[in-house]
Amino acid sequence: MKAAPFDYKRADSLSEALDALAEHGGEAKLIAGGQSLVPMMAMRLARPAVLVDINRLTSLKTVTTESGHVHMGACVRQRDVEHSAALCASLPLVQQALHWVGHQQTRNRGTVGGSLAYADPSAELPLACLVLGGTLHLESQANGARTVAAQDFFLGPMFTAIGEDECLVAIDWPIWQGGRVASVFEETAIRHGDFAMASAACQLQLDGQGVVSAISFGLGGVGGTPLTFPALAAQLIGQTLTPALAKDVAQAAAAQSEPGNDMHASAPYRRHLSAVLLERVLRQSATQAAA
Amino acid sequence: MNPNVKATMSTKHSLQIRVNGVNYQREVEPRTTLVDFLRDEIALTGTHVGCEHGVCGACSVMLNGEPVRSCCMFAVQADGMQVTTVEGLAPERGSMSKIQDAFCEKHALQCGYCTPGMLIACHALVAETPHPSAAQVREAISGNLCRCTGYQQIVDAVMHATAAEGANHG
Repeated sequence: MKAAPFDYKRADSLSEALDALAEHGGEAKLIAGGQSLVPMMAMRLARPAVLVDINRLTSLKTVTTESGHVHMGACVRQRDVEHSAALCASLPLVQQALHWVGHQQTRNRGTVGGSLAYADPSAELPLACLVLGGTLHLESQANGARTVAAQDFFLGPMFTAIGEDECLVAIDWPIWQGGRVASVFEETAIRHGDFAMASAACQLQLDGQGVVSAISFGLGGVGGTPLTFPALAAQLIGQTLTPALAKDVAQAAAAQSEPGNDMHASAPYRRHLSAVLLERVLRQSATQAAA
Repeated sequence: MNPNVKATMSTKHSLQIRVNGVNYQREVEPRTTLVDFLRDEIALTGTHVGCEHGVCGACSVMLNGEPVRSCCMFAVQADGMQVTTVEGLAPERGSMSKIQDAFCEKHALQCGYCTPGMLIACHALVAETPHPSAAQVREAISGNLCRCTGYQQIVDAVMHATAAEGANHG
């Protein structure tokens, strides 16, 4: 299995990369970590005529903490986030999600932006981004810079709001401040590091009385995109998240999921798994925040 | 995408990669993967080609000191970088590293196909964590498939090689 022939261009600046995308339209693809794209090219599911390498753009590798969020360049490697104590403290859900992403060999190359841009429905970082309500910064030569909220970004399996002449340049990850915050990410896969049959993530905040003051949760691998449940989450504000309530909410959410069948798991089994995993992350995050 | 406008020939790129301490300069097609470069261009066939789509880990090498899958990047992307392959793990020709010795001692290989990737994964772990737990070893080799050993002997080998001095005997 070898990739079809292509021309290679190493971009030395973002504008050079955007120029190449504008020039070649849908025939050009950006390559960063390559952990999704190169296997797709090997299997010839992707046959770009031009590959534009953005690995050496230092402007896409910066991480800054601003008021209320972390601004992360799209080419920051997954391993660098995983190994940053500061980021693990400010973005605990992202750190937990990364624990489930591939293996050390893939996280050393794989980028945060690449995982979001490929938007595999069972990938962990898109679920974390949606649960946290991240904002994605896109840029093109024709239309300049724009931002897209996570809930408008993931459109379907491997399908996002990124235009064919656009580059995902950065992600803003909201930081939850004040109060007692906890987050839990859980997943079931055939083997650790494989694609999830179902995954669940929750971040919540309790006030001084142990009542939920903020909460967001979601499911991965059981729909065309990761799923969040803002209406169900809103019902939990001001309540004590008891085990019984966690179970009810998890079952209501799982009932809204739209899992598919494949050789590893049937749709009913995935829906069952998602209820179990979501109940677990709700209960564990409530327990952790209360501790 | 229109299949009629694909590139049929792609321009070769000149690149320089330092492999196991030796500089190599070659002209390659952009679609040459790093593992094919190592095996076909500079004849270092210790690194194995397995699945060629990032699943089996047989092609693992160190890139600037970190383990990566050499089938999941193109050689042109490694221009100017340093690579360590399985041939570069032993301290000198004719000898073996402590972990390689332990692989022999604990029967951590049978057919040997996964071994180069396993050795890279284990050396990378030990460079970062000199005395890993068995769970850490399992996590470090979780991206490498082995169809012979059942993995336990590989875990045993790393535990053997990294046990405190004096605890290896007996």
